Amino acid sequence: MPTLTLASARSPFRDEFAEELAIRPLHSGDIHASFQFRTVWGVDLLQATDPRFLRYAILPREIVCTENLTPWKKLLPCGSKAGLAVLLKSEKLFHSSYFSQAVHIRPVCQGMHCTVPSWEMRQTLNVVFDLYTSGQGKREWSMFKIKIYVDVTDSPQGELFELSPPTPLLSQAVVLGDRRTYSVYDLTDPGTFGKVRSLNLLVRWKADNGDMLRPLLHGERYVAGFGLQTGEIHTLIYNNHPYRAFPVLLLETVPWYLRLYIHTLTVTSKNRENKPSYIHYQPSKDRLRPHLLEMLVQLPPNSVTEVTVQFERALLKWTEYPPDPNHGFYVGSSVLSALVPSLVAMDTNITQEHPLFSSFFLCKEESSYFMRVYTEPLLVNLPTPDFSMPYNVICLTCTVVAVGYGSFYNLLTRTFQVEEPSQSLAKRLANVIRRWRGVPQL
Amino acid sequence: MANIIAVVCASYGLAQSVCDGEDLAERFFRSDHTNNWAVLVCTSRFWFNYRHVANTLSVYRSVKRLGIPDSHIVLMLADDMACNHRNPKPATVFSHKNMELNVYGDDVEVDYRGYEVTVENFLRVLTGRLPPSTPRSKRLLSDDHSNILIYLTGHGGNGFLKFQDSEEISNVELADAFEQMWQKRRYNELLFIIDTCQGASMYERFYSPNLMALASSQVGEDSLSHQPDLAIGVHLMDRYTFYLLEFLEDIHPASQANMNDLFKVCPKSQCVSTPGHRTDLFQRDPGSVLITDFFGSVRKVEITMETINLTVPGIPLERFGGEPHTETALAYVDQLPVAQIIHQKPKQKDWHPPDGFILGLWTLILLVFFRTYGIKHLKHIF
Repeated sequence: MPTLTLASARSPFRDEFAEELAIRPLHSGDIHASFQFRTVWGVDLLQATDPRFLRYAILPREIVCTENLTPWKKLLPCGSKAGLAVLLKSEKLFHSSYFSQAVHIRPVCQGMHCTVPSWEMRQTLNVVFDLYTSGQGKREWSMFKIKIYVDVTDSPQGELFELSPPTPLLSQAVVLGDRRTYSVYDLTDPGTFGKVRSLNLLVRWKADNGDMLRPLLHGERYVAGFGLQTGEIHTLIYNNHPYRAFPVLLLETVPWYLRLYIHTLTVTSKNRENKPSYIHYQPSKDRLRPHLLEMLVQLPPNSVTEVTVQFERALLKWTEYPPDPNHGFYVGSSVLSALVPSLVAMDTNITQEHPLFSSFFLCKEESSYFMRVYTEPLLVNLPTPDFSMPYNVICLTCTVVAVGYGSFYNLLTRTFQVEEPSQSLAKRLANVIRRWRGVPQL
Repeated sequence: MANIIAVVCASYGLAQSVCDGEDLAERFFRSDHTNNWAVLVCTSRFWFNYRHVANTLSVYRSVKRLGIPDSHIVLMLADDMACNHRNPKPATVFSHKNMELNVYGDDVEVDYRGYEVTVENFLRVLTGRLPPSTPRSKRLLSDDHSNILIYLTGHGGNGFLKFQDSEEISNVELADAFEQMWQKRRYNELLFIIDTCQGASMYERFYSPNLMALASSQVGEDSLSHQPDLAIGVHLMDRYTFYLLEFLEDIHPASQANMNDLFKVCPKSQCVSTPGHRTDLFQRDPGSVLITDFFGSVRKVEITMETINLTVPGIPLERFGGEPHTETALAYVDQLPVAQIIHQKPKQKDWHPPDGFILGLWTLILLVFFRTYGIKHLKHIF
């Protein structure tokens, strides 16, 4: 893999770059592909960061398209010219069921003793391809210098799908508390692709259905209520673990124009009230800052927890409305951070080589792992004025004034005068002759 | 190669027979611009204005193809059509029906998107009056040797251009912005193209030198759209820009086509409206101005005979950041320290002095008290 040498007596650590593609065929016929790119620099870019300070910002309306992918690809050392990034074709990526890209920059431990931090930048891209609708059943790639992992846990004897070319290299990794088996294609090893320098990965589905393992933690959010004055925000948090309860930290940032009534905040699990262990609420200030609500809630096993809060919609000033106010206003996602208990013991050794996709959050203990889930953003309508009304009012008022006052003014000031109608040329000529003759005129 | 030889000959003052390429040198340095910029603006929002985004992207594509890099293009798109939920083919914007040409491409960089495309931002980009925190990709960093191409499209009328259905820019404002640019020496020559209804009204008020303007229709005429695509369901392009794109597809970086050819693009038979142009403020003859002077980025090279000492390359990067670390081991912080969260002490709220309402309330109470019971009680307070 490409490395840069850093000449420094203090830190002989070299800059590194690694990339991976993890493919997981899903039961529904879709394929989930996860690209991971990791760049590590051997320098300490910033001094110690205090983990207690948090700046959080969210842009709920932004649509992700090729124009966001282009600068993201430019962060990779070879851009989109070499490596796995060659596969990132925007027409295929955005015609998919789900797309997500991210950049994470953080300090990591270097070596066993962890006295010197180095900085790591991770770029991840997750796509779920809906192969049936896009009409393709196989994929072809050719590339160098990377590892591809294909998740074969669901089909150990080839029942669900068949993978070709087969590879004897199987590795096991614990991902999100679940032990999965992967077929590894290591493209740094020339034995994988032989004389032809291309790898055709073919996944052929055999069976059509099966159940998916439900995730242990997931969340949903929606707005209830009717009309343009009040409403309710409901957040549902699902704990699908059969016997373990675990805590979840819920962070909600609601814009100031939805005025939350915190006295109506209720948290219920299994139809009983569930009092949060910790609540922090910072009220909003109009036009200055949004509401901040943080709660630590214990989720009972195998349950649905519902958090509801009522709100009132505010009327904005004329110039604060965006150019398309009838589309609605967005409320950013809420963030659920949880320590989910793992079904399988996990490896806490940081020095061992792990595949990138399984080592994103470091596990400090064997029995639970950290997970962060984002709910969907909400779209809320605010009472919107009719922006054409000033024009309508001016037209109508001016018409009424013109007709009413104008008529009155005419009545008071108009006088009529008799006017001789103008005569035609023949008559005028005849009158001239008659005058000359001394005869009365026409 | 011959040009460089000619220049070298000229600078050494050799005999005429050796450098009869002097007129070659003349042609080489015909225009005195050294860099090219482009500001491409689409001012319309909503799905049925797909054609305005396609117009802007087709000019972007031509300009990029002819050599202007992304760092020198300021692209402003008021809405997202490519990944719009109504687009049957995501990540594409087509200019020809039957999906022949995808002008969105694979490496598009949009600098101002969505709500950021406003009259204020447009004028700030032109005049350079941006807040210091604006990133480079959002700035027009032109100098007095820059040739700038400005392309506007959207809905317009007699003397104005509508931005995003909520505001307009008038022709007077635009002319004043160009005058500011001239006084700040932000351009060498400027080509202004506008594709809207009654577009010619937008360049009527220009009064700064070195401006050339083209519009898709005269005052009182509407610019019409070209063709709908039945699969996508909207009109894909406007006529003027469609024929402009076809014209530009034939231009390559070494092309010698000049502005007179550009004026002939889209005659009345194809465009239904009458395209207009204005060259009275432009100092050079339009026949001698190459298309690539504005649409391309042909680099001119000036040869110098003096030597420049490059400094010694910098020493390799030491770890920067003050004093060296002590040898205490660092550890990862707990992502969710549940125990800490539950047992933390409630935060000490800062004491704020009473604000206006409370002060007013107390003043009222005191006032009423002293009115009823008399001023002699005041001495008990002070």
